[in-house]
Amino acid sequence: MGLVYLKDVTTLTLHPEKCIGCELCTQVCPHLVFTMENKKARIANKEACMECGACATNCPAAAISVHSGVG
Amino acid sequence: MKKENSCCSTPCCDATESLEPSAHPNRNTDFPWVLEEMDTPIGKIPKIKTQTEFADTLGAIAVRLGINRSNYRINPGLYAVGNPNDLSPVLVTANYKLTFDSLRKELSKQNLWILVLDTKGINVWCAAGKGTFSTDELIKRINLVQLKNVISHKTIILPQLGAPGVAAHEVSKHTGLKVSYGPVYARDLPRFLNNELKATTDMRKVHFTLKNRLTVIPVELKVVLKVLPILFTLLFIFNLISPGEINFSRVFLQSANNLIPYAISIALGTLGIAALLPYIPFRSFAAKGLLLGLAWAALAVRYHGTFNFPENTLIVAANILFLTSITSFSALNFTGSTTYTSISGVQKEMLYTIPLIAVATLLGLGLVITYKIMLFTG
Ligand code: SF4
Ligand code: SF4
Repeated sequence: MGLVYLKDVTTLTLHPEKCIGCELCTQVCPHLVFTMENKKARIANKEACMECGACATNCPAAAISVHSGVG
Repeated sequence: MKKENSCCSTPCCDATESLEPSAHPNRNTDFPWVLEEMDTPIGKIPKIKTQTEFADTLGAIAVRLGINRSNYRINPGLYAVGNPNDLSPVLVTANYKLTFDSLRKELSKQNLWILVLDTKGINVWCAAGKGTFSTDELIKRINLVQLKNVISHKTIILPQLGAPGVAAHEVSKHTGLKVSYGPVYARDLPRFLNNELKATTDMRKVHFTLKNRLTVIPVELKVVLKVLPILFTLLFIFNLISPGEINFSRVFLQSANNLIPYAISIALGTLGIAALLPYIPFRSFAAKGLLLGLAWAALAVRYHGTFNFPENTLIVAANILFLTSITSFSALNFTGSTTYTSISGVQKEMLYTIPLIAVATLLGLGLVITYKIMLFTG
């Protein structure tokens, strides 16, 4: 069952030039948003992002930013 | 950085009371889930059972229903499963009893260590969002239990859902240990452990099954139970204001009857949405709620008399406005319990919906007041 929420709302952004290809973002994302392509991360399924922040927190190269809530 | 996930209305997101055995605070064997104590380089640590017992199930039900929210913390620290040695894997988890139970019951026949973090009795996902399942707590706990005196390898396995709270590279930097993210669900752990600590794609995805959706219902119901008396009071006041003699017991009964369609509209916005989520059209929760609400309002006004409402166009219109607003609002509120809605999405929905609901409610109130004035002026 693939529940998807609203289109074009997520604040997720990836800066591919900073990516060092560690693959961690593909491992932590609970909605399989990222895939690897030529040793770089790519956002493959943007609208599935729920802005949990796991990818941004774990990216060692600070290549990902996402606004993951208030407070 | 402290973050808040959108899960904070789920039962497990509220902090629970500590489970301190008052008589023998140091005797691990007093806990029913502890099998025995085990000697390790850091001293005696509890070895736990991998079978949950009747009391655990009973306790779990009580927590879900919100009856006994206390006593659902596990003491943080290191635990053993089976007969682990210095090469055995280390699993990290939260100190919420239900999380601990769902983990240990998947670990029969395993030999490993479990490092329980102090997440204030909150499950991994919510604790990661609230900042208690965190880089700092993990580093602190690794040092406190002297983990590196127990193991000779360098890997610790974290639940994937803890990732929003932990920066793996920070943990390596401060402890020299490597974080490996395990599967989302504990039931996949045996497969993960047998697969050289590699999770397959299917282990990485979070689901929102009917069962998940229904577990949040008791909490939603609690909210409903708080709202109903308020609605009843409003209906009661509304019914009191009428020309002629006032019969309190009649007004009471009438208001109770009036309340029924309202209770149903709230139930639809919570239980209805939860159960039917994938089958209701629209991605927006407010829109899903609006649809259910309109369907119910149509039915409710068709049986206006049954619910003891006056047969009057103004009241019919007001009821349609109120009933759909309530369902829509309840549905929007349910986003707080899902595992796939984003904060930006919810904010966007609120931006559209809240003003609409406010206008509909005011309009409804206008109609009701007009109706009353007409009653009094004949
Ligand atoms: S976590 Fe960061 S560095 Fe690693 S693959 Fe993803 S984007 Fe690239
Ligand atoms: S914020 Fe969460 S859901 Fe969105 S891409 Fe990152 S890990 Fe995936």
